[in-house]
Parts: sequence; structure tokens; C-alpha cells
Amino acid sequence: MTHSQTDTLKEGHASIGDVVGMREQTVFQKMIASQAFWVAIALFVLVVFMTWLEPSFGTVANVTNITRNFAPIAIMGLGMTVVLITGGIDLSVGSVMGLVAIVAGLLLTWHQPWYVAFGAGLLAGMACGAFNGFFVAYIGMPSFVVTLGMLSIARSAAVVLSGNQMLYQFGPDAPIVKAIGQAKWPRHTPDGWVPHWIPELSSHFWVMVILALIVGFVFIFTAWARHLFAIGGNEHAARLTGVPVDRVKFQAYVFSAFCAAVASLLLLGYSGSAINAMGTGYELRVIAGTVIGGANLMGGYGTAFGAVIGSAFLEVIRNALLMAGIDSNWQGAFVGAFIILAVLLGMQTSGKSLRATLEGMFTWKRK
Amino acid sequence: MSHREESVSVLDVRSVSKSFGAIRALSDVSFTVAAGEVVGLMGDNGAGKSTMVKLIAGNFPPSDGEIAVDGEVCHFHKPIEARGAGIEVVYQDLALADNLTAAQNVFLGREMKKGFWPLRVLDKQAMINRSAKLFAELKSETRPRDLVKKMSGGQRQAVAIARTRLSNAKLVLMDEPTAAISVRQVAEVLELIRRLKSQSVSVMLISHRMPDVFAVCDRIIVMRRGSKVADKATENTSPEEITGLITGAIRDA
Repeated sequence: MTHSQTDTLKEGHASIGDVVGMREQTVFQKMIASQAFWVAIALFVLVVFMTWLEPSFGTVANVTNITRNFAPIAIMGLGMTVVLITGGIDLSVGSVMGLVAIVAGLLLTWHQPWYVAFGAGLLAGMACGAFNGFFVAYIGMPSFVVTLGMLSIARSAAVVLSGNQMLYQFGPDAPIVKAIGQAKWPRHTPDGWVPHWIPELSSHFWVMVILALIVGFVFIFTAWARHLFAIGGNEHAARLTGVPVDRVKFQAYVFSAFCAAVASLLLLGYSGSAINAMGTGYELRVIAGTVIGGANLMGGYGTAFGAVIGSAFLEVIRNALLMAGIDSNWQGAFVGAFIILAVLLGMQTSGKSLRATLEGMFTWKRK
Repeated sequence: MSHREESVSVLDVRSVSKSFGAIRALSDVSFTVAAGEVVGLMGDNGAGKSTMVKLIAGNFPPSDGEIAVDGEVCHFHKPIEARGAGIEVVYQDLALADNLTAAQNVFLGREMKKGFWPLRVLDKQAMINRSAKLFAELKSETRPRDLVKKMSGGQRQAVAIARTRLSNAKLVLMDEPTAAISVRQVAEVLELIRRLKSQSVSVMLISHRMPDVFAVCDRIIVMRRGSKVADKATENTSPEEITGLITGAIRDA
């Protein structure tokens, strides 16, 4: 600190107190202004209601199922959130999953060790992300166009590489691959410490938790994330103020593809087989989950918690519909309806909150 | 071309021209800005003021001629390079990210950090304190934690100006800083310009508002159709003469 700065510090001391003393938003106010918070409440209500209505819903087995089912979507949702914050979109995540599964699956069928297969899968996924990022960030093409192209390219590559066959003869490391995808913690053992009302949570769920914590930390504490948000808020301003806009955008797409690759490898391990159709249509579920969790499709806003809670919400709805005996073919309609509803709520409040919208609706009704 | 023979000018624009395809936005413009000098740059729409600002700010290089900062010829290709040379710009649109807070905008692109890699994190409290101090110096009611989205025009201006004070800028370019704010805030912005001057910071004020220019500027440069038509000390001219020069009613100064 220079001399003059120290001086002004002393002079300005009283007024700093005045200025900083006026706290703007308390943590509580921020919380209730966030869509993710209200979705979490809706999720809680839904879970309580379903448990009461349908005894098989609240069972430990079903909780294990639900948490495993939504984890890959939430993992990809974390990557998608990063891209959405910059004001872009990544439509290729589902296809990237397929390609990653086939690349890893092929190496396993060639009797390569599991870490070589997984490493190659991750690299293949991130190469797709780098392709997306290069054309969006450095060439300046719309993300919609580039990632739509990659959606087709990656799926096609997966089909060609697999020879349109399912890959399942995984060589010596097959048990390890399965163990990774099917691992659970905590385990119910006859002599164990774990009471039976605690669900056995899958490795998918735990990977999601760890990744969400990391992404959450990055969002709150790093300059990189602040640059992401600035790019989504005003890309031109970010560029003028010296933010490395192109590099940050490039990295966002690579991270999104990385998340898709992780999700793919977990599912590969879980099923013990690789199919080129893995992840078909997942891009929509991922986008729906993140948008329901409060991420703004226009860019500039999104949270790690929102990505997780939104995906969880979608999965619980899906599960509840199944239990209610509704034809599973209706699921697509519900996902589509929710994505429109979530964006609608976000639009009316310019990305502020579900609550403000509801308040607005109620005041309108009272008039 | 009246080159002033001063020791070393903070900014020395030498015979600069700029063409965009067939359009000649600037032709053979030369002027200097001395340390601690406040220079007004005036002209009608399309006179070449904005092009001049963008050239100095490093948005693009000149087609002809050169720009020297502190006597050294500079070739800026990006705004960040000009900033490295000590030139700060308050853009007309202020270049603020609406979804960030005042403090986050002030430090955008040069965040303060603490800790060691890989746990090198933002030093939020330090940035908030420093922003609060800057706003206090500007006598602005802007609060560091407020979202820019929710701010008045004057507060947004304060955020953009506070940003230029982070570094030891030699020259601050202000593009229409008083165009869209309240009378009281205008007085504050003019006061800030005087304060910058007292700290030997040079200011180039690009403005349409004659009273503001006459209130703070030592010298006024008038541009018309891409050329410099006048470069006069403020005490040797009048608003009437400047208006005449801007509109072309007066041909030569």
C-alpha cells in the first residue's frame, strides 16, 4: 500500500463505516430470493407428500435408486451451469457421453487397464469440449450451432467406432470398472454400524457431491468464476476490463465435456457395458435440471446447488409419475413442460425469484 | 499544427489518421496532453471524437501516424495494453456487468487474491473495503455490495470512475461522463476531475456539455469531420466561439 493510500484510509475511515455499515442484503434475504431455495422447498414438500401417498416411495431402496439416477444428470448439470453462466449452451453433452463410453469400452475390450480406458475416455470427451470451445470462444460462432454440430458428430463417431455393437467383453479389468460404477457407501452389513434406515448411496451420488462442492467453492471464491459471471453479464465490458474472455469461455466448454465424460464412465461401470446410444436426449434433461435450479439461459446467473437440486427435482417428479402409474412415455412431456415453466418464471422476474412471481400473481388476483 | 514545446507530454498524438475501409474517420490529427492537464475534446456527432478515444484507449491501431505515452511510441492492439501504459478509460456505456456488485465491477479483471496456489482465492473483504474507500473519496453513495443492476445512473458512473482509480493512471479518458446523470452528480464528477488534476493525473474529457467543459478544462480541442480545427486555452476562448467551431460557422481558429 502506498503512502497516499494509507492517508486516504485514515481520512476515509469514518465514511467507510457509514458506507459499509449499510448492509444491503442479509444472507437470509439472498436465500429467499433464489430460485434454488424455493425448488428445494418444493422438492421437500413433494417428497413428504409422495412418502405419505405411496409407501414404496420412501423406502431405502427407492431413495438409493433416485439418488443414483439423478447424479449423472446433476454432474453434467454442473458443467452445463458453467457454460450457461457465460451465456452459452452445450447441446452436445449427451452425445459426448456416448462417445466417451465407446472409447473407454473399446480400450477395455482390447484388454487395456481400466485407468488407460478411463483416461482415454476423459481425453476424448475433453477433446469434444475443446472443439466446442475453440469455435465458440476463438472463432466467435454461436454456441447453439457449434454444440448442435458436435451433438451429431460425437454420436456418429460413437456409432462408427463401436461398429454399432454393444461392448461388454471387458477383459481383465472388468471387475474394477464394475466396482467403480456400482460401489455404494455406507454398506448394510449384518454386523455393521449402519442402521437400515440410512440408504446405501451410490458412487455416482458421492462423485456428484464432491464435484458440486468443488464447483460451489470455485463459484464463490475464485477470480475465474467471477470472470464467468462477468462474461455472462456483459461480455464486451469483461473484454474491455481485461478479462481473458476467450480463454475462460473455452475452458467452460472443456469443463462441461469433462463432466459429461465423468457421468458416462460412471454409467459405463454401473451397467458393465458400453452402448453408443448412451446419453441420448440427456442434454434436454440436463438443461431442464439446471434451469429449474435457477440458472439463467441468458447468462450471468447460476449456482452449483441449483444444478443439483434442479436435477433432483426432475428425477423425483419422474419417479413419482412412475409410481403413480402414469405411462413412462409421458416423461418427455413433463421435462419439456418444466423447462418452459422454469424459463417463464425466470423471465417474468428477470432472473430474480419464483417468489416474486407468485407474489405478483397473488396481488394481481386480489385486485 | 501547434506543437507545444514542453518537456515530455503524457500523451502525444502525432499526425494520426484512421480509415475504416473507404471511410476516413480521422485525418492527420496531432495534439499533446501534459501531466495534470485537463483537455476537453469537443465536436459534433461523427466528428471523430469516439474514434480518437478508441485509438488512444488501444481498441485498434491508427492507420497512419503514431501515439506516444510519456515520450515512448506505443502500439496498442488491446485496451489492456493501453491500461498497462497508464491510460484508463471511462466508457460511455461504462462497461459494467449488471449482474455483479459495485465492488466486483471495480475490481473486474484485476481481482485481489490471497493464499497460495491451488487455494488462491478472492480477497473479497479487501476489495469491498477498497471500493468503499474509493466511493467515499468520490463522495458517492454507492455501496460496494449493491448490484449494479439496481443502481442509478450517477452511482453507475461512480463505479466506472472508481475503477480508473485503482491503478496509478497517468491519463484518464472520459467519454461523455456527464451525459446521463443528475445535476448533483455532474458537480461530483467535475469535482473528481479536479481532484485527479491536483494529483497530476491528466484527463481528457469528451463531452457535448459546454458548461462542464468550460468548468474544468484547461484547454479545448475541437474536431470537425475527422480533423482538428482548434486547440485553444480555455481562457482564450468562449462557448460561442467553440460552438461556431463545432458547427463550422467559424472556419479557422
